[in-house]
Amino acid sequence: MRLNLKIWRQKSAKANGKMVDYTLNEVNPEMSFLEMMDVLNQQLVEWGDEPVAFDHDCREGICGMCSMFINGRAHGPMTGTTTCQLHMRHFKDGDTIVIEPWRAAAFPVIKDLMVDRSAFDRIIQAGGYVSVNTGSAPDANALPIPKENADMAFDAATCIGCGACVATCKNASAMLFVGAKISQLSLLPQGQPEREERAIRMVEQMDKEGFGNCTNTGACEVECPKGISIENIARMNREYLKAKIAQK
Amino acid sequence: MSGKTQSGLIKSSIGKKVFMGLTGLFLCLFLAGHLAGNLQLLLPAEVARDQFNAYAKFMTTNPAVKVLSYLTYFSILFHAVDGLYLAWQNKKARPQAYYKKDDAANAGWASRNMAILGTLLLVFIVIHMKSFWYEMHFGSVPMYASVEHGELKDLYTLTVSAFTQWWYVLIYVVSMAVVGFHLWHGFGSGFQSLGMNHPAYTPILNGFGKGFAVVVSVLFAILPIYIYLTSLN
Amino acid sequence: MSVLNSKIPAGPLADKWKNHKNSIRLVNPANKRSIDVIVVGTGLAGASAAASLAEMGYKVKAFCFQDSPRRAHSIAAQGGINAAKNYRNDGDSVHRLFYDTIKGGDYRSREANVHRLAEVSVNIIDQCVAQGVPFAREYGGLLDNRSFGGVQVSRTFYAKGQTGQQLLLGAYSALSRQVSVGQVKMYHRHEMLDVVMIDGKARGIIARNLVTGELERHSAHAVLLCTGGYGNVFFLSTNAMGSNVTATWKAHRKGAYFANPCFTQIHPTCIPVSGDYQSKLTLMSESLRNDGRIWVPKKQNDTRRPVDIPEEERDYYLERRYPAFGNLVPRDVASRAAKERCDAGYGVGQSKMAVYLDYASAIQRYGTLEANKLGESQPSAQRITELGTQVVASKYGNLFEMYEKITGDNPYETPMRIYPAVHYTMGGLWVDYNLMSNLPGLFVLGEANFSDHGANRLGASALMQGLADGYFVVPYTLGDYLADDIRTGSISTNDPAFDEAEKSVQDQINRLMNIGGSKSVDYFHKALGKIMWDKCGMARSEEGLKQAISEIQALREEFYAQVRVPGSANEMNPELEKAIRVADFLELGELMCYDALNRNESCGGHFREEYQTEDGEALRNDEEYSYVAAWEYGHGKAPILHKEDLNFENVKPSTRSYK
Repeated sequence: MRLNLKIWRQKSAKANGKMVDYTLNEVNPEMSFLEMMDVLNQQLVEWGDEPVAFDHDCREGICGMCSMFINGRAHGPMTGTTTCQLHMRHFKDGDTIVIEPWRAAAFPVIKDLMVDRSAFDRIIQAGGYVSVNTGSAPDANALPIPKENADMAFDAATCIGCGACVATCKNASAMLFVGAKISQLSLLPQGQPEREERAIRMVEQMDKEGFGNCTNTGACEVECPKGISIENIARMNREYLKAKIAQK
Repeated sequence: MSGKTQSGLIKSSIGKKVFMGLTGLFLCLFLAGHLAGNLQLLLPAEVARDQFNAYAKFMTTNPAVKVLSYLTYFSILFHAVDGLYLAWQNKKARPQAYYKKDDAANAGWASRNMAILGTLLLVFIVIHMKSFWYEMHFGSVPMYASVEHGELKDLYTLTVSAFTQWWYVLIYVVSMAVVGFHLWHGFGSGFQSLGMNHPAYTPILNGFGKGFAVVVSVLFAILPIYIYLTSLN
Repeated sequence: MSVLNSKIPAGPLADKWKNHKNSIRLVNPANKRSIDVIVVGTGLAGASAAASLAEMGYKVKAFCFQDSPRRAHSIAAQGGINAAKNYRNDGDSVHRLFYDTIKGGDYRSREANVHRLAEVSVNIIDQCVAQGVPFAREYGGLLDNRSFGGVQVSRTFYAKGQTGQQLLLGAYSALSRQVSVGQVKMYHRHEMLDVVMIDGKARGIIARNLVTGELERHSAHAVLLCTGGYGNVFFLSTNAMGSNVTATWKAHRKGAYFANPCFTQIHPTCIPVSGDYQSKLTLMSESLRNDGRIWVPKKQNDTRRPVDIPEEERDYYLERRYPAFGNLVPRDVASRAAKERCDAGYGVGQSKMAVYLDYASAIQRYGTLEANKLGESQPSAQRITELGTQVVASKYGNLFEMYEKITGDNPYETPMRIYPAVHYTMGGLWVDYNLMSNLPGLFVLGEANFSDHGANRLGASALMQGLADGYFVVPYTLGDYLADDIRTGSISTNDPAFDEAEKSVQDQINRLMNIGGSKSVDYFHKALGKIMWDKCGMARSEEGLKQAISEIQALREEFYAQVRVPGSANEMNPELEKAIRVADFLELGELMCYDALNRNESCGGHFREEYQTEDGEALRNDEEYSYVAAWEYGHGKAPILHKEDLNFENVKPSTRSYK
């Protein structure tokens, strides 16, 4: 099939960018979206043009590196899917596809469709861990955890850190990402000793990074490739509020 | 983790959300009370006049109500200022807009337009308070002697005469639609902001919130329409 | 040729590690503060090592090419992690895990290393649970286990189909904690392009900042390479797109020996190639073979839909060839059998390079069982299918969903098409018992080293090895090496060795940028992958390997004459990154062929067509090849072989039979 692509091109963080049109013939419906981009890049290289820079790595929906805003939606039209797992059979011959980078003040563009998501790392560094040194752990079964809690913690822990929640949120808020990590650790006994401190520190770092505020539109949970629920945002609100009130 | 961090709750994103939720939900309660009072306007004219005016007197003089009304003024102001500040911050969080964004794909219309709906409501509240609250407190609402309650300010007649003008009715009806949309998202959202989310109860609560939004806005809107239609006879 | 000293401690097998830990030297806390360690790669091995060393007090610099240390390809491991906890009370023990791993590796790994791996496996689970890794649990609140990879005990801990992700995020959180206290300086979007050797010791690296293109010098008292495997030499593999051999290859060029490069694992249950544009292959967990039946039509080039092919015209070839193990034969055996059928013309799908993995009978079986359980006495066929589909969905739903996403077919209704794909590389840089390469100060951890899996890796053992090396081995053995460095002081990056290394990197970049040819990097990568897959893949022959060597040499020449790298070197330039990596793959591929040619036997993932039994099974040669082949870089000539003899004192090598 034949596709018209409108792609954001930006040489570097400081350069101005613009939407550029490309036409791609002979796109196979079995291709993944990123393979379609590979084909485009191959052509651009052969024509002596610069290929489109985009982040990608595992191409099986788990590393969280791919990050395209496709036709107005994070990771494209399918729910529960990362861009690398999106296939061209979901598009039609003659379609125009608009491809943009994540847009958020906290995710500055590096080049073309690549953005800098290190704000997420800094939020985790602020408290997304249990302070336990290697070698000091008790036997794994010394600490029984109700299956229900373990499962809920797991569901929150499946976050791949792709940033789709921020990208799709009308406020560019990172609360689903932060809520998921705070939830995971607050649901587990291992997370208890630092529970309050963690909530306060992670939220403060999130605010410092310049993400927007949550207005509970719920767009993030729809676009999250791992289907993480906004229940985790409520839990974060609760954890933070309790911690703040109890703070000495 | 080491080293305590201290900064006010209100300065944080979540703190602001929590206060939005608290004030918003308080205003929902206020709306319910306000509506209950206003429904007296639907009584037959001769009964309604005395009863409504007596109610208005009670609401403006009772010390307990006074406390509540200050809380309401504060909530409205805080909700508006906090909301506008948040909206400004949210705008700043995405300085460059998307070329194409399919907003409807993942969030309801009301939830995406709370700031604009809220701003419209603020304008409405100013008009509304100028017309009735200001007149009642500082204006020259004529006094009359009622049978049961003695001397009363005749807010009833002021209200009824206001709604004989079609354009004034229209402002109110449109504004009540705005209230409806604002509540449609706001009611459930308030609980979520306060950290209340439960797999079983939240859907019920959200359903109730939507019902509340419809009932409150429709009933409020019926009043000016009823008065206008009655005045035509 | 020399004989390598693996420095295996003396004493009985079960006491070696304990005694070794008690006798090696330590670095006191005050001295650790003045010692720098570089860790390259932040997967399970790298992140766990960087975090553990930082906790101990070393000053760590960690590097990854991804945009965050959380993205390394360890994250994609699905199945689980083995540990000899014996929580099932099914007779598991450290010795059994050791034995299974040695046997699974087809007797081509070091006993002492494997035993240590089995010993520390139990600590890994404790550590991960303490970090908050949400492993699967039972209703009583204790950890759940499942069986895996055809062993006789249930020792695999798991977190749904995302065990690798959860373990990596655990290690990443420990790493993040050390970043926050300043013990680790994290360099993301940085790629290591050379090791710097000063006075015969590894003392630093040259790294390219991938955002600015700038070359940076980083010095340290020791360098740890935790950079994963090199499966992407085949172009198509289940590895991430960025997975590469560059860090270990640059070390190899600087003198580190590359051991057993030809030992590659081909995983039997992957989604087949659908076209020329294919960029990578997706693996589906081995657990699918527990209930699925694998078959091809009995007629060649049968183009009927699978559901239209009657039972008697299907060839369940694994059940036919291996009645005892059936569909559950080890990975290497299952993979070769699929290739044999497809080569003989019985393959299915458009490409004819696929076989069916069929759940129809499992759905019927589970459906009938479920109906009995529910007390439905005369369920209709439709009802049985419905119930069976529910059971299969609860066990394998996420995998079926993934299959449907990629292929567009519904695997509940039509059999899945699968084909083997390159998945893991057992070979890697040679290391001694302390995980140090033959270059002093250069340690190699995880998939990047060769040490624990012999010629074939068992399922759920890769995660175990990565974390064992990072959490529980290198923190001890590194101290022994660094004990000599407490008075060294910081290493200057002005040393001529840094100048030289930086210049050679710069020269290579300039060379690539200035070729100005007309073909893309991917063109060469695909061409290399095809040579490797056809001639150094699932089956190898002397003739094919010799051809491959000359073809790769020719391709390399063509690469340096014809490749086009657009853009400039002083900016984010993904094509340049790829070009540097592919240049190294073009050398590695040749070495793999040399190694495969040298090993005149079939063992594990290495199958030489000349060395097979009459009925097509692998024929190992313990007399002549019970050694690790460690290759020294040939600098333009043929590589030089060094051997480390493998001595089996505790297990007796035997022939694997699955008939």
